[in-house]
Amino acid sequence: MLAQLMPARDKAPMPDALLLSMKVNGEDVEVAAPAHFTLLEVLRYKLDLIGSKQGCDKGDCGACTVQVDGKAKLSCLTLAAQANGREVRTVEGMTAAHLHPIQDCMDKEVAAQCGFCTPGILMAAEAYLSKVGRAVSREEVAEALAGNLCRCTGYVKIVDAIVGASEIMANTEQD
Amino acid sequence: MLRLPIFQTKTPTNLEELLSAMSESGARLIAGGTDLLPNLKHRLDTPETLVSIDRVEELRHITWDEDARALRIGAGVTLADIAADNEVGEHFPSLVKAASLVASPLIRNMATLGGNINLDTRCRYVNQSEFWRSAIGGCLKSEGDVCHVVPKGRSCAAAMSSDCVPVLISLGATLIQVGPQGRRELALVDYYSSDGIEHTQKLVGEITTEVQIPLPAGESAAHYSKWTVRKSIDFPLLSIAMNFTLSSQGADAVIEEAIICLGVLAAKPKVLRTDKLVGLRFGDEVTASLVGELCFKHGKTLENVPYEADYRRSMLRVFGRRAIRQLADSR
Ligand SMILES: Cc1cc2nc3c(=O)[nH]c(=O)nc-3n(C[C@H](O)[C@H](O)[C@H](O)COP(=O)(O)OP(=O)(O)OC[C@H]3O[C@@H](n4cnc5c(N)ncnc54)[C@H](O)[C@@H]3O)c2cc1C
Ligand code: SF4
Ligand code: FES
Ligand code: FES
Repeated sequence: MLAQLMPARDKAPMPDALLLSMKVNGEDVEVAAPAHFTLLEVLRYKLDLIGSKQGCDKGDCGACTVQVDGKAKLSCLTLAAQANGREVRTVEGMTAAHLHPIQDCMDKEVAAQCGFCTPGILMAAEAYLSKVGRAVSREEVAEALAGNLCRCTGYVKIVDAIVGASEIMANTEQD
Repeated sequence: MLRLPIFQTKTPTNLEELLSAMSESGARLIAGGTDLLPNLKHRLDTPETLVSIDRVEELRHITWDEDARALRIGAGVTLADIAADNEVGEHFPSLVKAASLVASPLIRNMATLGGNINLDTRCRYVNQSEFWRSAIGGCLKSEGDVCHVVPKGRSCAAAMSSDCVPVLISLGATLIQVGPQGRRELALVDYYSSDGIEHTQKLVGEITTEVQIPLPAGESAAHYSKWTVRKSIDFPLLSIAMNFTLSSQGADAVIEEAIICLGVLAAKPKVLRTDKLVGLRFGDEVTASLVGELCFKHGKTLENVPYEADYRRSMLRVFGRRAIRQLADSR
């Protein structure tokens, strides 16, 4: 029954694989992938970087947010070919000796429950805070995160965490 | 998980290469991909090759044309860049507002103006997964032979849902199209047709390279309003762009010309007849009510997007009236 309901698979011949060279989290990476793969699929299924989440897969949720050349973008709607030669940063790139202030504040505020939205939120928030480079208001954070859905927390703690992180980041820059 | 159909990709680095790639059969242009990729994931099309404009610098300019007294915006400029541009902001605040109301900041970092102009029409029965559509047997725009919005209709009435298009039309924008047949200019308002399936006058292999927006000749006031289910992310349930030419700067200014364009009705943006507004005082409550009435009278809504058609139509009156009031108050 289910087999009948499933759409007939696309019959186009399998194309040559793309050979991509990108910088991922600071490291040069060469990876082959089918031309119809998204950046998200390359990250998750070719590079085993499963931090970026495949949620809606169509632009609604922001769980797949990564940074491409410093800008927060949706990897589910970016073709692998479009990311070729570019610098990609994923949540895995945030793992350093010390927690990033945003991670630290998210942790202190208990701003994650299931955590599915967290990687995307970290990527969107980091790109935003480094762009503005100052302490931000709750309203500004809400605007900046308008494309990142969270089904658990109700956002209050996430916004608190990012406002807090922006203050810490602004103070450290001044020091 | 929504998989893309199988296709090849091309990433040309200049306009010439881009046009030549686009002249091959089965080629489809991809800009930000924020409209195209969800549609492909839903199997609304299965192109052979996607040709990306993201490396073509020639399409990414915002420049003043002194001779034409117009602002020229390349089709590859992102909506985030338009929203943040000082020159656009100074001369065309309604465009900045429309661009900054599209989807989310993440999408605006990707979405281009060319993609917003060529955005496919939308309908609650077609922008669904292939599996969802199979339950109702599809429709004229997908794999079926009926329309669920206008059951006896023989043409598709999916909605032109771009936020920037009504504004650009109200500002008198001109579109530059380049393709195998050469370069042509046309008024943006003439680019759209009422067929939800072939809703633009795009020729085969042709692409939009630029939009030119003339600097207002006299005193003017422009506005964009959009109503959505949620505050962010959502496509408009209704959209109204207005652009008034006024007799003076003062509070007693009189309307000399009014362009009002409604989006999200069907495939073609609707430009209203506004002769009745000419000569009326801009800030008057009577004028505001008349604007609301015009939007209501000519805004024939259908059940092609969420919410009941009658509700949306009533809200056209409310949003129309509020829009001109807000504009008058802000002066
Ligand atoms: C969750 C979500 C919410 C959205 N909300 C809104 C919204 O509120 N308002 C709104 O207006 N849009 C919305 N969109 C749609 C989309 O993001 C925008 O319309 C965007 O501007 C499309 O631009 P793009 O560059 O991504 O286009 P693409 O997806 O790359 O292309 C769209 C179409 O235009 C064609 N095209 C692109 N560029 C050109 C060109 N230069 N010449 C000729 N044809 C071209 C493509 O072939 C394709 O058919 C939303 C999308 C998503 C996923
Ligand atoms: S208006 Fe009718 S034909 Fe067009 S997409 Fe909607 S249901 Fe399909
Ligand atoms: S998975 Fe990309 S936006 Fe939801
Ligand atoms: S913590 Fe579960 S979705 Fe945000």
